[in-house]
Amino acid sequence: MAKLVYDETGRLLFTKEMKRDYTLLIPQMLPIHFGMMRMCLQKHGYNCVTLDNMDQKAIAELGLKYVHNDTCYPALLVIGQLIDAINSGKYDKDRLGLFITQTGGGCRASNYIHLLRKALKKAGLEQVPVISINLSGLEKNPGFKLTIPLILQLVFSIVYGDIIMLLANQCRPYEVKAGETDALAAAWQDRLVNEFQRTGSFTMKNLRRNFDRIVADFAAIERVKTEKPRVGVVGEIYVKYSPLGNNNLERFLLEEGAEPVVPGLVDFVIFKIYNRDVDVDLYGGSGLKKAVVRLLQGYVEKCQQAMIDAVKKCPEFRAPSPFSHLKELAANYLGAGNKMGEGWLLTAEMLELIGDGTNNIVCTQPFGCLPNHIVGKGMIRRLKDDYPESNIVAIDYDPGATKINQENRIKLMLANAGRLAGKMDA
Amino acid sequence: MDMSYRIGIDIGSTTVKTVVLSPEGELLFHSYERHFSKVREKAAEQLRLSEDLLRGKPVRAVITGSAGLGVAKAGDISFVQEVYATAAAVNREVPDADAVIELGGEDAKIIFFRGSLEERMNGSCAGGTGAFIDQMATLMNVTAPELDALALKHEKIYPIASRCGVFAKSDIQPILNQGGRKEDVAASIFQAVVDQTVAGLTQGRELTGKIVFLGGPRTFLMGLRERFIETLKLDEEHAVFPENAECFAALGAALCAADYPEQSYEALLDKLEKTTEQTGLTNTMQPLFTSEEEYEAFRARHAKATPAEADAETYRGPAYLGIDAGSTTTKLVLITPEGGILYSYYGSNRGNPVSIVLEELKKVYALCGDRIEIKGSAVTGYGEELIKNAFSVDLGLVETVAHYRAARHFDPKVDFIIDIGGQDMKCFKIRNGAVDSIMLNEACSSGCGSFIESFARALGYEIKDFARLGLMDRHPVNLGSRCTVFMNSSVKQAQKEGATVEDISAGLSVSIVKNAIYKVIRAASADELGQNIVVQGGTFLNDAVLRGFEQELGRNVTRPTIAGLMGAYGAALFALDRQPERPALLSAEALESFTHQARPTTCNGCTNHCSLTINTFDGGRRFISGNRCSKPLGKAHHELPNLYKYKLERLKTMQGKGEGDGSRGRIGLPFGLNIYENLPLWYTLFTKLNFEVVLSPVSDRNTYKRGQRSIPSDTVCYPAKLMHGHIEALLDAGVDAVFYPCMSYNFDEGKGDNNYNCPVVAYYPELLGANVPRLRNARYLTPYVGLHRPKDFRKKFAAFMKAEFGVPEKETAAAVEAGYAAYHAYKDEVREKGREYIEAARREGRTILVLAGRPYHVDPEINHGIDELIGSLGMVLITEDCVCQNVEKQSRKILNQWTYQARMYDAARYVCTQPDMQLVQLISFGCGTDAITSDEMRDILESGGKLYTPIKIDDINNLGAVRIRLRSLVAAVEEQARAKGA
Repeated sequence: MAKLVYDETGRLLFTKEMKRDYTLLIPQMLPIHFGMMRMCLQKHGYNCVTLDNMDQKAIAELGLKYVHNDTCYPALLVIGQLIDAINSGKYDKDRLGLFITQTGGGCRASNYIHLLRKALKKAGLEQVPVISINLSGLEKNPGFKLTIPLILQLVFSIVYGDIIMLLANQCRPYEVKAGETDALAAAWQDRLVNEFQRTGSFTMKNLRRNFDRIVADFAAIERVKTEKPRVGVVGEIYVKYSPLGNNNLERFLLEEGAEPVVPGLVDFVIFKIYNRDVDVDLYGGSGLKKAVVRLLQGYVEKCQQAMIDAVKKCPEFRAPSPFSHLKELAANYLGAGNKMGEGWLLTAEMLELIGDGTNNIVCTQPFGCLPNHIVGKGMIRRLKDDYPESNIVAIDYDPGATKINQENRIKLMLANAGRLAGKMDA
Repeated sequence: MDMSYRIGIDIGSTTVKTVVLSPEGELLFHSYERHFSKVREKAAEQLRLSEDLLRGKPVRAVITGSAGLGVAKAGDISFVQEVYATAAAVNREVPDADAVIELGGEDAKIIFFRGSLEERMNGSCAGGTGAFIDQMATLMNVTAPELDALALKHEKIYPIASRCGVFAKSDIQPILNQGGRKEDVAASIFQAVVDQTVAGLTQGRELTGKIVFLGGPRTFLMGLRERFIETLKLDEEHAVFPENAECFAALGAALCAADYPEQSYEALLDKLEKTTEQTGLTNTMQPLFTSEEEYEAFRARHAKATPAEADAETYRGPAYLGIDAGSTTTKLVLITPEGGILYSYYGSNRGNPVSIVLEELKKVYALCGDRIEIKGSAVTGYGEELIKNAFSVDLGLVETVAHYRAARHFDPKVDFIIDIGGQDMKCFKIRNGAVDSIMLNEACSSGCGSFIESFARALGYEIKDFARLGLMDRHPVNLGSRCTVFMNSSVKQAQKEGATVEDISAGLSVSIVKNAIYKVIRAASADELGQNIVVQGGTFLNDAVLRGFEQELGRNVTRPTIAGLMGAYGAALFALDRQPERPALLSAEALESFTHQARPTTCNGCTNHCSLTINTFDGGRRFISGNRCSKPLGKAHHELPNLYKYKLERLKTMQGKGEGDGSRGRIGLPFGLNIYENLPLWYTLFTKLNFEVVLSPVSDRNTYKRGQRSIPSDTVCYPAKLMHGHIEALLDAGVDAVFYPCMSYNFDEGKGDNNYNCPVVAYYPELLGANVPRLRNARYLTPYVGLHRPKDFRKKFAAFMKAEFGVPEKETAAAVEAGYAAYHAYKDEVREKGREYIEAARREGRTILVLAGRPYHVDPEINHGIDELIGSLGMVLITEDCVCQNVEKQSRKILNQWTYQARMYDAARYVCTQPDMQLVQLISFGCGTDAITSDEMRDILESGGKLYTPIKIDDINNLGAVRIRLRSLVAAVEEQARAKGA
């Protein structure tokens, strides 16, 4: 074990010594995105592993055991997954650290890291350091630094992840050869990782070139020409994406003969950056901060635009809208200052989906999710008024909610989808 | 033409319904039966009933229903969603229907037809209804039809929480225990069902026009119909109760079947029967016992913890009586000074504990004759006050103390006690001989023992037989550890997967245990509980539950043989300890002339409008229950200092024109959430600018009802739900504009890492704008403001007022300054008042109680009069914000990022330094941030040697559980003082 060093508040620090010989665990959310992010971190000298333990039942039980049961479901799962991994015997408990993201907003999610530490203490694992990945300057560690190149590489990982997810979702329901889409997605992930390892950096030029190739490769997948109802998936970031959190919602939708449409992660990243800009507008603050924030936002938006341009080149695929468009969509519904959790972005994604003809939407949230009371469930009424053809179902996820109940409600939404489609034909 | 017969099979949570239609669409056959969890067998059996009709015929079949999906999948039979099916049937039977209300065994649904078709089902939180009515009937010891008959004779309706069955249950129990009329309770139960359906499912859409009512036979009882018709203001023409209402989903499925493939009847039957052989149970746990020997050893071990021998037939000498008037059961024991049991009784109180105790006392006296003299008596439990007054019992004590006294008798070293009764679960640690860290199940997961019982009955078993079924089961099904309502659907899922009754029985027992350990106690390991654990309560008499508990903890515990009687036994021991000087228990002669009458009434002493029950006994003795303060008792009441009351009175005055002339118009402020504490600022700011401030009235029950229909999320906290009513009140008052700002941030008081509001307090204004229909046509202002940066706020708000009302910027700037000054003056005033109250308390040697929560918890509809209850227990009440400034900033183990919450941590730290202060934390049900704060508060207080007392509040009016906590706190404080003195 490395020497344990604490800061003045008694927090265990991740030291340079630890960076050398510790293994760092990353909880799973989006396999493609997180896989590439892991590679970036490795390139910067962090020996990390993204978790693949996915036994939902065991993980949720560990979460319940170590975290306050009224805490949101993602916290139970993320913490449960980490502890499950630590207990798996695969890692040396004295040479182990944990990564967790922290958004720093007013939602309870910013407290995950503290809940995780409490859980570690309860489980007798106090020697395990936890590293916060955040853009708010919370919790610094001598052994970890979010440098500009690292940030930019992480952004690249996210847009690569987004484009692969986006295209795969549009191909998978229609593929002729079962499994072809997933194989291609996996192949691209490997290829990108290899390229990254070889060249050591991502460049904008490479990004565009790769985007074009990715689009071309997916376009080449042989697909049947049937119409399937499209179902959008929005919601709290973790349950929206993580199969662990949403009882494998995407697979369920596929089995039900629908095409899942899942908006990408990059908007969330831009959203979190943009919030700082808005804060200055609404409440005052430093112009310099604003300028720095804008610079970063501009860069990420440029990457997003490159992705959109690439997808647009192939008309058989639907391209996402740029962040600026989402911002406009939400403006009629919520203030730009509504920033906790997914904030106005969640409503904007529903509007984007409806605008794009994807009227059927599953709005996912952990049971009792505070921001979603407002921006999810709270906006559905008005969306229905403004867009009578919209067909939205809110689904709560928690360790006690049974799959049958959730699936039943989604089935009702799908039955409605069929009826609405029929009505429009008539 | 299509010559195939159409078959619809609706497999619900408790029943199977089958409908067969002729090729012409004529209804040929329908059946309706409970499946007692044998889902697949029953469906096949019903299909076989129509064999004569369908032999050799082509059919098209569709399955529907909440438990039907699994059968459909396993048998490769088509499936349609049940609401969709229902809609199809209504289209045919009542084509001009505007809406359908359907109450199933455990589901509630509403389908709106007019305009855009919308279908709503109850969420995962709202409990069932048909099963709920059965459960309530069981609770009142009547059948469902009898309950119905009772309801028709009601005189008044009690407010009963309508959110889910478990809440309602804990509301009903005290009414019954306090002698409320059964007729009224019955009607109130139905009203709760109606409120739940209307509130939970309409979500902003009006229920008007022609409404069709569907559901099983239990659900549309006459008493229930009456409540629906009255609540929705329907006439006969607009309330349709169709024949075969229970088969509509099956009928709809049959109608939908036309679109699905044709097959032969035999092929269909074959498919269905084949599915009965498959089992897909995956989520199972280890068996409770693997052999009879193991079970015997277990029984022998537990048989050792038993009271001293006593022979009631021959015993001569003194005896002590203990009564435990629990929520569902009454327990009574008579003991010798050595603790030997001379007489005991354990039974359901059948809704009237007084008559049970009367009956039992007569038996006790008959037994005593002139051999045994009752030298003392004590009573505990929910019905304590009533029984104490009725029979002149010497002593009353809070349950926790009674249970500890009894546990100590069996294990003097006991350091942890857990009691699972019919309705409630209590556990607490023993520290230095005093009750400490009480954990009660919060309203959401009560149910406990009576839950298993209801389940047993629903599956057609008596509880004893049902529990025994699980003992030797090989594959107990894992049902999770959540509240009972969720367990219902877990069972549903298990049934779907083919779980046997044995699997479910064992699974339920273990889930109760898990609920206790992980949800109520929230322990990570057995060591956290203690070394010497005593379990008690009727539910632990169930060996399966006991075994599950030991397995889960990995440690043996003590279960006294009288586990179900421990409360009464502890009360008797308490009477023995105290040796009352003049035993006053009604004599055998007095019992002969004993009479008891209960009359319900409503107190009009204040806006709480408590539902009172006036109990009259023979000889003109009276006892009033249901009151929160001493007003209705007619006693001159001495009110102790109460800072909640003070704040409320101060804030209430902040409306009107103030020093201005009101010429710029009337501006409405909703009196809740982020407005509450910032009111002095807004009031001063607006009146300075010559606006008249219209404040919505202090909340009461009607505030909630008025806004109820536009609440989109049923799991949001109660303070937020009330805002809908406040907005309605302002619109009714005809204000020119409603002002309700969005506030990501609140004042920065320098206590924490950040100064956020919680997301609900921050953004609820925007939710209201999107969901309260009348706001669309009103001037509704929800600017984002940042009060934490006064200079920027002044500038930005001046710009806002200029743009919105044309107010010159200079004028606003000055008003903002005045607003800040008023806010700070108010905060100072509160702190000063706090100091004054502390001094007053210290002069009189009273305990000072810091009631920590959010500023808006001052609202009497949110705190339900807990402040007055605290006063009635002899404590002086102050708030977190008048002591939190007394300690230096300190970093916390959590991210301390909310302004209001940060105050509580500091208040708790300060309380730890003051021997005469205690802290109680109010937690709104559904408050996500308090999941974070409560653990931290516990840490701070317990490491500072204080008791942690959290109180969860919701729309429930029942203060029973709150009283237990507060009284236990008082008892523990006394005990600590006594220990120190000794």
